[in-house]
This record gives sequence, structure tokens and C-alpha cells, in this order.
Amino acid sequence: MLVSYPGPWTPFFGRLDAQQIPLQNPILFWTFVLVSLGGVAVLAAITYLRAWGSLWREWLTSVDHKKIGVMYCLLGIVMLFRGFIDGVMMRTQQAMAVGPRSPGYMGALHGYLPPYHFGQIYSAHGTIMILFAITPILVGLMNIIVPLQIGARDMAYPYLNAVSFWLTAAATGLVMISLFVGDFSHAGWVGLSPLTELAYSPGVGVDYWSWAVQIGSIATTLASINIIVTIIKMRAPGMTWTKMPIFCWTALSTSVVGLSSFPVFTAAVALLSLDRYAGTHFFTPGLGGNLMLYTDLFWIWGHPEVYYVILPAFGILSEIIPTFSEKPLFGYITMAVASIAIGGVSWSVWLHHFFTMGAGPGVNAFFSIASMLVGIPTGVKVFNWAFTLYRGRVRFDVPMLWALAALVLLLIGGLTGMMLAMPAINYTVHNSVFVVAHFHTMLNVVGFACFGAINYWFPKVFGFRLDERTGKRAFWFFSAGTFVLFGSMYALGFMGMPRRIDYIPFPSWRPLLIAEEVGIVLFVIASYYMIKQLVVSIRDRVQNRVTSSDVWGTARSLEWLTHSPVPFYNFAVQPHINARDEWAWRREHGRGAESPEHYEDIHLPINTPLPLILGAWTFALGFSLVWRMYWLAALSLIAIVVLVIARSFQDDPGHTVPGARIREIEASYRNGLEPAGAAGDGAGGPVAYPGAVASRPQDNVPARP
Amino acid sequence: MSQEVSVNPATAVLWDPSHSEHDMITTRTLGFWLYLLSDAMIVSSLFASYLVLDHRINTAGGPGPRDVIHPVTAFWGTVLLFSAILAYGAAMVGLKRGDRRIVLAGLGGALLLGGGFLLVEGRDFAQLALQGMVPERSGYLSAFYALVLYHGAHLVFGLLWIVVMMVQVVHIGLTPHVVYRLLNLKLFWFFQGFIWIYVFSFVYLAGAVHGH
Repeated sequence: MLVSYPGPWTPFFGRLDAQQIPLQNPILFWTFVLVSLGGVAVLAAITYLRAWGSLWREWLTSVDHKKIGVMYCLLGIVMLFRGFIDGVMMRTQQAMAVGPRSPGYMGALHGYLPPYHFGQIYSAHGTIMILFAITPILVGLMNIIVPLQIGARDMAYPYLNAVSFWLTAAATGLVMISLFVGDFSHAGWVGLSPLTELAYSPGVGVDYWSWAVQIGSIATTLASINIIVTIIKMRAPGMTWTKMPIFCWTALSTSVVGLSSFPVFTAAVALLSLDRYAGTHFFTPGLGGNLMLYTDLFWIWGHPEVYYVILPAFGILSEIIPTFSEKPLFGYITMAVASIAIGGVSWSVWLHHFFTMGAGPGVNAFFSIASMLVGIPTGVKVFNWAFTLYRGRVRFDVPMLWALAALVLLLIGGLTGMMLAMPAINYTVHNSVFVVAHFHTMLNVVGFACFGAINYWFPKVFGFRLDERTGKRAFWFFSAGTFVLFGSMYALGFMGMPRRIDYIPFPSWRPLLIAEEVGIVLFVIASYYMIKQLVVSIRDRVQNRVTSSDVWGTARSLEWLTHSPVPFYNFAVQPHINARDEWAWRREHGRGAESPEHYEDIHLPINTPLPLILGAWTFALGFSLVWRMYWLAALSLIAIVVLVIARSFQDDPGHTVPGARIREIEASYRNGLEPAGAAGDGAGGPVAYPGAVASRPQDNVPARP
Repeated sequence: MSQEVSVNPATAVLWDPSHSEHDMITTRTLGFWLYLLSDAMIVSSLFASYLVLDHRINTAGGPGPRDVIHPVTAFWGTVLLFSAILAYGAAMVGLKRGDRRIVLAGLGGALLLGGGFLLVEGRDFAQLALQGMVPERSGYLSAFYALVLYHGAHLVFGLLWIVVMMVQVVHIGLTPHVVYRLLNLKLFWFFQGFIWIYVFSFVYLAGAVHGH
């Protein structure tokens, strides 16, 4: 063995043994019971509804960008809930463990969480919220909307798209199983160095974190490649760069950021894994390592990553605000330039995360000025949105409420960000909850935009609206929770409260900590209404059914041109783009109702279970590396390589949908019916609807010369 | 905000049924270019780590560049590696002519010469390991091995890919799918050559001249 760690190791099970399942911890035990019961209930429901076949054929093996996007969003929402529960636990601990007289429960001296468990919870909260909740939701939204907005049939690489999704799912699975087998990292979502080194964290927690984020970042890199090529290569004829919707501009900018920054993260964490597995000394405090090297590499990714999540949110706001102001977006060109500029500047600001490293005034001044520069394109965007609202006929539908509140949060988060960009202020509030409050304000901008986007595009994807009344309640409770919780946290930050503490020594902070707890209760009520909104909407889906393509009546971009729900082929005939807001242009010139005269055959890729199988092997690879079961790691790696090679020998022949069938589907859409097998339950493979012609694989192989 | 429309709305073309197929090969090679960009970011991170850890303090009293770097051996490796790239170029000439024999000969040459490079490098590293100069010894050696072996890993995967492509050229022929894979492999193969140019210049030559 190259490295030594405490505890036994056996060749077959590695470090894994029965004691690693933490049943003695009551919190984890009851979570385990609840999750098991929930899992059994879901599986039983699928069996009872006889849905296994359609689930497998139409979702799990799908290469359709809309279905993959929906699965991304579902995964992200489930993880958002998991991360939220971590947040509830942290807030409750900090509200309880105040002052030396505060009681302790369940083995903790104060509050109910021992320090090691508290450390795992804040590490999991950060990792999950950024990498496994917000990122999948945004990638899912880009997956669904970008091809529709540019008039494409699918992404440039439908198969790779499915692979990206299943790799993300594998990484998420690793984070989730760490709850019940072993433990999770306690070193923060940033992987505080050298705490992550084997000498200081000999357990498997850091390994769970490192392999999950490495797999997740590879998946995000692949997704970024896919979105960039889709936007460059697949735009409908007539859609020049200056006619492309702003959401696509932000998707392009964010994908360039993702493509160029995520590999740095992969490299940094891979070097950390080498330290932990091969005994190298990249980031160790002794024997020639350099721990600030890790911090630099991490934030060279970490700061672009926060723009990776904020840019699509800006794109969403730029779609929602014009629709509900009944006006075109103000300042289209400046909006596109600002999106690219934010992506560019994101590369030159990383050191502001550790001004206190002591790099000297020259370095700090450079990164301070660069960080403040971000305010210029962001300010341009805020003014553009404000001018879009100005003299518009503003309607306050649920998506618009989320969007407007996001603007307020962006203002608060942006101004506190400017404060943090000044090294003099930064030295005072470094590592305080002021920083935490700042980045939670910013990430709430993303969250608000995502909730707005889900309400905005849900009827386009599923063909029925989300319930308005419960949606508004969810919005108001969520907003109130945000302002109460993070307003108090800003105040505590000014008082000097450090972040990541499980025990608060000053009773004078108690009122504000209780206010934070009130905020989290408001969040709990908001999540109740969110779940209720979904349940009520699905129950009343027949009344909430939308028949027009333009659900909101005033939408502008191309996705509102095709039917709701979107048929599996997106557009029956590829649209020709004449204007920047093509759908609004057709509607305003009285040509919105026209449909094409001729329908041609449509060629689509066929579904394949291979991405799912690759994801399963990747999960096995990550799990076996965490527990150092080297035989299984080698087997998984070989299986992945063999499967990739085998796939290259069988080219996707695709399948062809005859033009006559397209005509039938289009006709029933126009008659206000949702045709059987056209959207929700029929998209995808050749078996999913009648009349499809699947070409046989050998048809595609030419004769040997 | 005007719509900047010059077309007449009454007569504008709304649908474009003819424009249905995108050029598959350029779409695939563009994606592979982007993958190489992301890979270049990993290489730059490893280079940055090497430059940070290439200091006397990071050798922890152990061997430094002058001890582990053998520029003459690396030079012979470089000759083999660039010949392998030249051989792949010959395969591309065969691809342009549609001659499978030239393609196979070029790929085979690249396979042998690339394998030769790995042998030279492996022998060099085996000697270092016997002298106790292993990655676990110091931060400097960790960075040295990580950078050079990351290039080596590219070579291993490149050789595996060449074998797969030789099989495909024989059994499938020069179909569009095989052609785009050959073009992507060309990009990959040249890319590992680029990495080696930087490794040879900044690690081997600079280390031999300025080693601390």
C-alpha cells in the first residue's frame, strides 16, 4: 500500500464493513427508514401502474433533449430538497446551541449535532446545492429550451447528452449513498486544504466528496460541449447571431465558462485524490507540498462556476420580463455583449476569495478592480430589465413575480459583492457569515429565476399550467423567508459571527439566530406550497390544459411557435427565421396561425440503454474507489472502456417518421386535441408510437470497396 | 427596439423544409476541438502546479530536476514521438486518396513509433524508481510525474484508439462515421504532440539548464 490509514482493509470489500452503516445515529437511522419506505412506495406505485415498460422505453433510455432535460430538472429538484433539509438542520443547530447554558441532546454538548456531524452537513449542503441541485436544474432548462429556441430537432449530440445526464446521476448517487454507507466530507464544499489530506481526514468522507465532484464535473464539461456545438451548428436557417434569443446567448456564454473552468476543478481534485491514494505531496503541509496551490486551482474553477450558474438565470429573466411587460427586451445587443463580458471577466477574479492570503497590495488591487468590473455588465443588464419594464403593460403572473424579486435580490447581492471586492472591507468580514449571506443572496437570484422558469415553461413542456394560487403563496412565503433569514445573517456578519460554527458563544446573537430560524420556517411553508402546487396542478390537469402554442399570449421567442406540449419532433417543418423575436413578429403580422403546406419525413436518433449502463458502471467505479475495492474499480474502468469501444462499432441508424404521420399529429394538435403518442408518453424510440419505420443497422453499412 | 426586419411580412418565407441535414463530420470535429480545449485546461493546471512546485524548497531535500531529468533520453523519445505524428499524417494522405492500405500503414507506423516512445519513457522512469526517485518522495517529484505521466496517459489511450480505428478501417471501411473518428483521432494525436513540445521545452530542456 502506498498510503496508510486507520481501520482494516480486505481485498474483496476494501475498507467496507458492516460497521460503516451508521444505524446507531438516530437522525441517520430515521432518514434511512423514511427513504427506504419512500423508495419502496415509489417502486410499488410504478409496478402497480405497470409503468416499468414505458418508464424504461420512454424515459430511462431516451435521447430526446426534452426528456433528458426534464430528468435533469427532477434530479436537481430532489437534490434541492435534500440540500434544503441540510440547511434546516444547520439553522436549527445554530438557534439551539447559543451560550454555555444551552442544553445538548443526542450526544452533542450543545444543540443536537456533534461538531463532526455538523461539519458533514454544511459540506454536503454546499456541495449539493451548487453542483447537484442548481447546476442540474440549469443544465436541464438549457437542454429543454435551447434547441427549441433555435429551431433544432435535438441537441448536436443526443447520445452524449444522455451520457452527461447519467454521469450526473451517478455522481448524485454517490453523494446520496454517503448518508447511509460511511460518511461525507467535513471539510466544506471547497475542500479546505490541508484538512482534506489523508493525515487529517482518514475516513472515506473526503473520498465520497472528491469522486462525486470529479464525475459531476466531467458530466458538466460534456454538457457544455454539447450546448456550444448545438448553438453554433444547429440554428434554424435565417437565425443569425443577432437574431438569437438572449437565453441562448447566456447558455453559450455559460457553456464556454463551464467548458474552460470545470476541467481545472477536475485537475485540482484529481491531484488531491493522488495525495490521498498514491501518497504524493501536492497539497500536504510537509515534504514540499503547497496547500495554497489547491486553493488557487479550486477558485480558478470556483469563481467561474458561480457565473456558470448566474448567467442562465440572467437569460431566464431576459425571457420572462419582456413576456410579462408585453414589450421587446430593451438593449438586446448590450445584453448579449454583457453576457459574454461577464463570462470573460469571471476568469480574472478568483483571488478575491482569499485576499487574506497576503499576496500583497499589488495582487489584491488587481483582483479587487477586476472583481468590481463585473458590476459594469451586470449593471447594464439590470438597467436593461428596468427599461424593459418601463412603460410596459406589466402583468404579475407567477413567473413574473419570481423574476421581479430576483431583480431586488440581485441589487442587494450585487452591492454587498462590491463591498466584498474591496480588500479593506474583505479583511474585516472574511470568513464571517456576511460572506455567506452575500453568496446566498446571489444563489437565491438563481433559485428565484429557476422557479420562475419552471412556472414559465412548464405548460410548454407538459401541456398544462401550474396552479396560480398555490404558486403565488409559495412565492410570497419563499420571498419572506429569504429576506428574514439572510437579512438577519447580514446583520450577524457585521457583528463578526464566523461561518461554519456549531456552537455560538455569545447569547447576544440569539435574537437574530432565532430570526433566521423563523426565516427557515417560512421556507418550509413555501416548500409545502410548492409541492402542493405540483400536486394540485397534476390533479386539475384537464382544466389547466393549454391548447394554444403561445401559452401566455405575449411570448416572443421561437419555442412558443410549436405546440404545447412540444411534439417529439419539436417542429414539423424547420422554421425560417425572419426576425429577432420570430414568434412575436409572426403573431404581430398576423401570420402566427399559419402552418406548413408540406410535411416531409423526419429522421430521429433511436433510444439506447447504453448511457444508463455507463452511468451505472461509473457509479460502481466511484463507489469502489471510495472504499478502495481496487478489483471492482479496475473492472468498472475496463467495462466503461469496452462499452465505449463497442458503441463505436454500432452506429445509430436512427429511425424515420413518415411525413403522413406528422401530418396526422399536426392536424389533431390544431383541432385542440393532444394526439396519442405525440408528446408526453409517446416520444422517442421506434416502439413508442405506431407507424414508425426503423431502419435496420445493416442498412447503414456501405459495401466494402 | 425595432425588429430590424427588412423582409416584407406578407411574403416572408416561414418554413424551410429543404434545410434538414447538418454536416455530420464538421459537427463532430467541432465538438472534439472543444473537448481538446477542456483537456488543454487540465494540462495547463498541471503545468501551473509544476511551475509552482519547481523550487528547491519543494524537493524537501530530495532529488531535484538535475537528478531526474535526462534530456538526451527524452530527445530520442521526442524523435520517436514526432515520427509517430508524421506517420499519422501519412495516414491522412491515404484518407484523402481513399486508399485504405496507406491509411492502415500510417496508423500501424504511428502505433509502433508511439509504442517505442512509451518504452523509452518507461525504461527511464523504471531506473528512477529503482533509485528511489518516486512521486511520494516530494512535492516536486509529484508534480513532475503527474505532468509527464498525464502526457503518457494520452499516448496510451491514443494507441488503444489507433488499434480500434485499424479494426474499423478493415471491417467497416471509410464510411463517414469512420472518417470523422479518424479526423478526431488526428486532432487527439497532434494534441498529445503539442503537450509533449511544452513538456520537453519547459520540463526537460529548461530543467537541464536551470535546474536548482
